[in-house]
Amino acid sequence: MIPALPEMIPALEVRELQKRYGRVHALAGVSLEVSSGECVALVGESGSGKTTLLRAFNRVVEPDGGVVLVKGRPARDLDPIRLRRETGYVPQEGGLMPHWTVRKNAALVARLLGMADADERADSALELLGLSPNEYARRWPRELSGGQRQRVAIARALATGPEVVLLDEPFGALDAITRAQVRGHFKAIRQELGTTSVLVTHDLHEAIELADRVAVLRDGRIEQAATPDVLVEKPATSYVARLLEQAGLVGAREGGQ
Amino acid sequence: MNARRRRVGFRGGWGVWATIIILGAIPLAGFGTPPPSAASAAPGPAVTSSAHPVLGPESSPTAARRIQSTRPVVVASKPFGESYLLAEIFAQLLEARGHAVERRLGLGSTEVAFGALRTGAVDVYPEYTGTGLLAILGQEPSGTRGEVFRRVSREFRERWGVRWLPPLGFENTYAVSVRRETAEELGLATLTDLAREGERLIGGFSPDFLGRDDGLPGLEDAYGLQLRESRSLLQAVKYEALRGGRVDVIDAYSTDGFLARAEVVVLEDDRRFFPPYEAAPLVSRRFFEERPEAVAVLTELANLLDEARMRELNGRVEVEGEPISSVAASALAALGLVPSDHHPADATIGGMDGPVGVLDAAGRPVAVGPSGARAGSLPAYLWDRRDQTLQEIRRHLLLVGISLLAAILVAVPAGLALERVRAGAEGVIRGVGVIQTLPSIALLAFMIPLLGIGVVPAVVALFLYSLFPILRNTYSGVRDADPRAVEAAEALGMTPVQVLREIRLPLAAPVIMAGVRTAAVINVGTATLAAFIGAGGLGDPIVSGLALSDPWMILAGAIPAALLAVVVDVTLGMAERGVAPRGLSGG
Repeated sequence: MIPALPEMIPALEVRELQKRYGRVHALAGVSLEVSSGECVALVGESGSGKTTLLRAFNRVVEPDGGVVLVKGRPARDLDPIRLRRETGYVPQEGGLMPHWTVRKNAALVARLLGMADADERADSALELLGLSPNEYARRWPRELSGGQRQRVAIARALATGPEVVLLDEPFGALDAITRAQVRGHFKAIRQELGTTSVLVTHDLHEAIELADRVAVLRDGRIEQAATPDVLVEKPATSYVARLLEQAGLVGAREGGQ
Repeated sequence: MNARRRRVGFRGGWGVWATIIILGAIPLAGFGTPPPSAASAAPGPAVTSSAHPVLGPESSPTAARRIQSTRPVVVASKPFGESYLLAEIFAQLLEARGHAVERRLGLGSTEVAFGALRTGAVDVYPEYTGTGLLAILGQEPSGTRGEVFRRVSREFRERWGVRWLPPLGFENTYAVSVRRETAEELGLATLTDLAREGERLIGGFSPDFLGRDDGLPGLEDAYGLQLRESRSLLQAVKYEALRGGRVDVIDAYSTDGFLARAEVVVLEDDRRFFPPYEAAPLVSRRFFEERPEAVAVLTELANLLDEARMRELNGRVEVEGEPISSVAASALAALGLVPSDHHPADATIGGMDGPVGVLDAAGRPVAVGPSGARAGSLPAYLWDRRDQTLQEIRRHLLLVGISLLAAILVAVPAGLALERVRAGAEGVIRGVGVIQTLPSIALLAFMIPLLGIGVVPAVVALFLYSLFPILRNTYSGVRDADPRAVEAAEALGMTPVQVLREIRLPLAAPVIMAGVRTAAVINVGTATLAAFIGAGGLGDPIVSGLALSDPWMILAGAIPAALLAVVVDVTLGMAERGVAPRGLSGG
């Protein structure tokens, strides 16, 4: 096995991260560590800064202050194109290229990284997501259902076997049943591959089901970052408590007070 | 690894580029060398004395050979019958004296013709002193024939070095005319009489006359004339409208052949409102200085053509439909300037492609003369001139193809650049859009001082017209290309160039192609106006037909032009679907 030292360095880390859009502080000093193999969910209402934080990890967003560290190295010292290619990314609503087949879409990142077996990798990733290549590889995105498109987007992110995957509301646009299915797929694969993941969601249930740790954001700050158990047992702020209550996760207990 | 990445990266993007460029070039296919001048267009259309050695008795063969080596004299006309006829008379006389001639007949307007003369693109065209005074110099109408001639002679020489040669001997002034029955009923003999009865009458005037100070506005002031209504009518339909009773008063020219008809009465200008419009050859500075012997030939016509003779000659062209070339030839023979046994018109009677047939502005022979002179049906007429129509179509496609290709090569990259910059893009596009609002004929006229006349200024003008639709569609097509796909492509690590080639351009291709298609169809229509500045194409028969009141000739240009527009639209519509990436809805 690899020596102990690398494991002590977080896969991803942000320190005092700041980002302004005009007068709005999307991020007002956020610090967070994501360990290797860990899945962290970023939860918050819209405008809380969760998507901005996610995109800072692959330099789609450049912060105004603070640092982003990728395996201990400042992200700003890395080539952004290279960093993005090496980081798995699942955008909201998939973001498939409508003029490319499913296979070509799934092979995109592998191709960008110059992998000679890009198509084979795409096919295996599709297989992994439950989309048989024989049936789906040659189809166009518009011929797929929303859930299938989302699975292609996840396959695209996983086809290169990245160490880190960033997911932006990956299940947000799906109906409840499809969402449960795709979510189940993701959970199984993640456990199998042990990929470090950061997942943006507005759904506390989803966060608690999928993540090892949950970070609750509000107005560009982290209210609390904790394991699901701790979060539910000991909400650090009244805002977190209220969120849990609204989600019906602590209703029975809190309701008695 | 690296090589593979690069290879993959280029796919798609180039395909779209190549498609757009190739489609732009389609209209050019089949033009090995476009006919730049008369030389390749028809059997011997660059009329030289050697093509048919009709030399004056005093010319020696050596003299002819010497003259032949110099450049041809460019003879032009404006787009109405008498101007065509006078220009043809100039041309045939020059040819008979051993000078090679290039004909650029039917230039769009006084501005176009004079602009071309001033810049030396044209050597000579027939002009009228009154027009020179009012329309070109912008001065008040005043003075006798002699005074006006002396004034324009002096001013033109001083300002531009342009010379008025001695007048031809007749005036062609505005002749306000009514039906004979109207004149008798209301007792009209003079314009003062007309002013008295004006409230009951409807006028039909050429657009020119309606707007010019020496036209209707001035006439209204001078006589206190107030018509019930004034309509704008083209020369070609004015007489028909008068005869049919649709209008009661028209502006005619005093030498119009139609005035010989009994049913029309010309009202006397009893207050001498109209200035003298004496006809004379107007020659460029260069021609005057470099070709004294050719200038001398044109002065042979001084004072030989009186009004009665012009009316008769115009009547033969406009009423009887005799070919202009044969009318010109017989006039020269009757004047004793050219021996009648060398009647050059013989060559054109029956066939229009003889060496001295009337040539259009591009130097190709035009079938001249209204339908009255023709036997048979319109389809037969169109079939008979099919070779010529094909040449006109080829020239038309040449104009459209080159200008469209150039516009694609400029507007597509410019649209992409604007999309990257964004700031100010809308302003730039709107600015280019202003070109679209310029009247075509005005834009064409602007080109003359810069580029002369012929194919080059026409292509530049058409190019300018084509820019906007392509620029607009490229910009918005690329800007609006599926934003989620573009965002994902960037976040997944595609370089900006890869995003452009592989995502934005393919997604925008149908929109860009739609812009090209719009530009092409506009272009096919606008190119008919190129005939006004001597660029040829399907506008030639339209312009000539309008000038000579010949509906068949107009149709000979209009029908192919309309069909061409449909074909271009359908073809590019298929191309538009062809470049649409598969996978998009309907693809």
